[in-house]
Amino acid sequence: MNFEFSDDQKLLKEQARGFLQSKSSSKDVRRILDGNEPFHPELWKGVAEMGWLGASIPEEYGGLGLGYLELCVIAEELGRAVAPIPFSSTVYLFAEAILAAGTEEQKQKYLEKVSAGEIIGALALSEGPGAVTPKTIQSSASGGKITGTKLPVADGDVADYAVVAARTGSGSDEGSISLFIVDMKSAGVKAEAIETVDPTRSHAKVTFDGAAAEPLGAAGQGWAILDRVFDRAAVLFGFEQVGGAQAALEMARDYAMGRYAFGRPIASFQAIKHKLADMYVATELARSNAYYGAWALSTDAPELAVAAATARVSATEAYHECSKENIQVHGGMGFTWEFDCHLHYRRSKVLSLVLGSLPRWKDRLISRLEERNAA
Amino acid sequence: MDFNDTPQEAAFRAQAREWIAANRPADGWQTRTGRDDDGIATSKAWQKKKYDAGWACIHWPTEFGGRGATPIERVIWSQEEGELGQLGGVFIIGQGMCAPTIMAHGSQAAKERHVPKIASGEEIWCQLFSEPGSGSDLAGLRTRAEKQGDEWVINGQKIWTSGAHYADYGILITRTDPNVAKHKGLTMFYLDMRSPGVTIKPIKQVSGRSDFNEVYFADVRIPDSQRLGEVGDGWKVSLTTLMNERLAVGGGFPTNFEEMFEMTKVIEGDNGAAIDDAAVREKLADWYIRAAGLRNTQNRMMSALSRGQAPGPEASISKLVLGINRQNMASTMLDIQDTYGVISQKDLAVNGGQFHEIFFRAVAHRIEGGTDEILRNIIAERVLGLPGDIRVDKDLPFNKIPSGAN
Repeated sequence: MNFEFSDDQKLLKEQARGFLQSKSSSKDVRRILDGNEPFHPELWKGVAEMGWLGASIPEEYGGLGLGYLELCVIAEELGRAVAPIPFSSTVYLFAEAILAAGTEEQKQKYLEKVSAGEIIGALALSEGPGAVTPKTIQSSASGGKITGTKLPVADGDVADYAVVAARTGSGSDEGSISLFIVDMKSAGVKAEAIETVDPTRSHAKVTFDGAAAEPLGAAGQGWAILDRVFDRAAVLFGFEQVGGAQAALEMARDYAMGRYAFGRPIASFQAIKHKLADMYVATELARSNAYYGAWALSTDAPELAVAAATARVSATEAYHECSKENIQVHGGMGFTWEFDCHLHYRRSKVLSLVLGSLPRWKDRLISRLEERNAA
Repeated sequence: MDFNDTPQEAAFRAQAREWIAANRPADGWQTRTGRDDDGIATSKAWQKKKYDAGWACIHWPTEFGGRGATPIERVIWSQEEGELGQLGGVFIIGQGMCAPTIMAHGSQAAKERHVPKIASGEEIWCQLFSEPGSGSDLAGLRTRAEKQGDEWVINGQKIWTSGAHYADYGILITRTDPNVAKHKGLTMFYLDMRSPGVTIKPIKQVSGRSDFNEVYFADVRIPDSQRLGEVGDGWKVSLTTLMNERLAVGGGFPTNFEEMFEMTKVIEGDNGAAIDDAAVREKLADWYIRAAGLRNTQNRMMSALSRGQAPGPEASISKLVLGINRQNMASTMLDIQDTYGVISQKDLAVNGGQFHEIFFRAVAHRIEGGTDEILRNIIAERVLGLPGDIRVDKDLPFNKIPSGAN
C-alpha cells in the first residue's frame, strides 16, 4: 500500500503552484471579478501551453496522457488560486463526457482540440430551480435538432461546444434522456451571460431553437453517461475544493498572526485557535478522502462510486467551513470587497452547487453504501 | 498511489490470516471481553498465544518480543485480527504508553524485566498521571516523592486511573522539587501496584460502570532503581507517554459506522425504515465521511511513516474527531428508536445496548488522553504554528503558584 502522491506528482504540484501564483494572483482574479471579461484569456493560454488541458487525455487524442493523479494535483492548485478560467467545464465535464461516450471519431475531433486549447467546452443540464432529474429536463431533441432552455450553464457564454441533455423519449425515467454535442456558434443557439454568486466563473442562459445536435452515446443512455461523468468530476472538483479550503485556512492563519487586539495577536486567543484547528481538521479529512477518490479515479476501481461521493461531500463541507470561518477570523475587514476572503466564499458556493447540491450528494453517498452492502 | 498489497505485504497478510484461523479462540469469546476475572483471563490467553508465535506488539523491536514490523504490516495485522482486537483493550495502556516510555527512559534491567511481559500480556500496567487538581494542567500535580536513602517515599493522590484495580504495575509522575518552576520539579517512576500504602478506590461513572479509579499513596516506598529518567526530568519523560497515548487512544476505538448503518435499516421510521428518512441519511453521510476520513488519514500517516517520516501531532485529529462523532452518532441512534430508546437493559435494548454504552463512553473519550480543547490547542500550536496560551504560572516556583484549592 502506498497512499501518497509520487515525487514526480509533487514536483508537478510545485510547478503548478508557482505558475498560478504568478498568473492567477489576487490581481488577476479581481480583474475578472470587477471587469466584463468572462475569463482570464492569458491565464487560459498559459494553462493550455503547460499542457494541463490534456493532462489526462490519452496521447492518441492529442493529450499528454499523464493520468488522473496528475490532473488531481493540478485541480488542487487551480482551486487554491481561485483560477478564473473555464477549466472544469472543459476538462472535467465536456472532455470526460466525450471520453465516456464518444465515438472514435468524436474523440479524435473534440479531444485533440481540447488538449490544444483550441476549444472551450461546457455541460448543459439544469433548466430551473431544484434538482436536475430526468423529470425536470424539458429540452427535447428529435431529427437531429434540439429545442429548449438551459440555465445556468457554466461557461455557456464562452463555450465553443456543449454537451447537452435532452428528452428523446416520452417517459419520465432515465431512459428518456439522451446526450448531444451542440456547436455553440451554430444557428439556433443563443447564449446570454447571467449574474451569479461568483463572477470569476462565467455562467449563461442558453436557448436552443432547433439547433443542430450530434448524438453523444446511445439514445436513452444519457443518464448513465452523466452518472459516470459526475463521479469522475466529483473527485476533480473535490481537489479544487480542498485546494480552496487550504488557501482559506492559510489566509485566516496569516491574518490572525498579524492582527493585534487587546495587546495580543488574535491568533493567541483560544476561540480563534480552536476555530482554526477545526478548519484544519475538516480540510485534512477532506484531503484524505480526496486522495482515496484520486486512487479510485485513476484505477477506475469499483470503489469509485462510494469514494467519489465521499470526496465530494467531505470537500464541499470543508471548503464551506473554511471559506466562511476565514471571513469570521478577519472580522469586519473580511466583509469588505477589498479583502480577498469573498473570492473563496463565492467560489466555495459555486463549487458546492455545480455538480448538484450537498444534500443530493449525501443522499447519493448513502444510496451507494446501500448498493455496496447489498452486493 | 496504490492500495493493493505489494507481494511482500500480501505474503505477510496470508501468513497472518492463516495463523489467526488456526489459533483463534473458540466461539463465545465475545461474551468474555469484559474487565472481570473471566474477561481478563480470556484476553491474557489470546495475548500469550500471539506472543509465543511472534504476533504480539509486532512493531516493537525483536529484543522486546516484537518482530520489527513496518507500519503497513501493523495495519495489515490489525485488519486481519479484526474484532478479536477487542481482546487487546486491557493491554492498551501498558503496550501503547507504558512500554514505549520504559523502552525510551528505563534502565536496562527494567526493559529486560518488564517489556516482554507487557507484550505477552503477563503484566497489565496502568498510568498514574492525572490528579484531582491537575488533569489537563498535568504539570500542576502535587503527589510528592521524597528521597530517603536508596528509596523514594510517595504521598498523594491520583485519579482517573484506568484499570488500576487489576493492574500489576503503574508508571507514576511525582513532584520532587516544589521550589522550582512547575515543569522542572517532576520525576517519573514505576511501581508495583500491590506495594504497601497503595489504596485503590473505583470511581462510579455516568454509565454506572467503574473503569477508572482513585489511587491513594501513603508513605509508599519505591526503590531508586525504578526511576524513569533523571530526577527533575519527569516532564520530558511524560511527553513520551502522552504522545503515545494519543496514538493509542485514538486508534483503539472503532468508528461504529457499520453498526449504525445496519441499525437504520431495521428500525422503523415514519415512512418505512429509518434509513429512508432524509434527515437520517444526511446524518449517516456526515458520519461516514468522517469515518472514511479518519481511515484514509491513517493510511496517509502509515505511508508517511513507511517512508521514514516521524509521526507528527497530526495524530491528534483522530481522537478529536472520533470522540465527537461517536457521541453524536450514539445519541441519534437512541433518537431513532424513539421512546424505546430509553431502555438500556441489555436483554431488551436494541443491539444489546451497544449504542447506550457508546452514548456514555464517548463522554470519557472526549476527555481522556487530552480533552477536545487540549487537542485543538495542540493542532493550533504545533501544526498551524499559532502562539501558545499565556501562562501566568510559567516562571513561578511551583509552591508560589496560586491555586483555588488552598
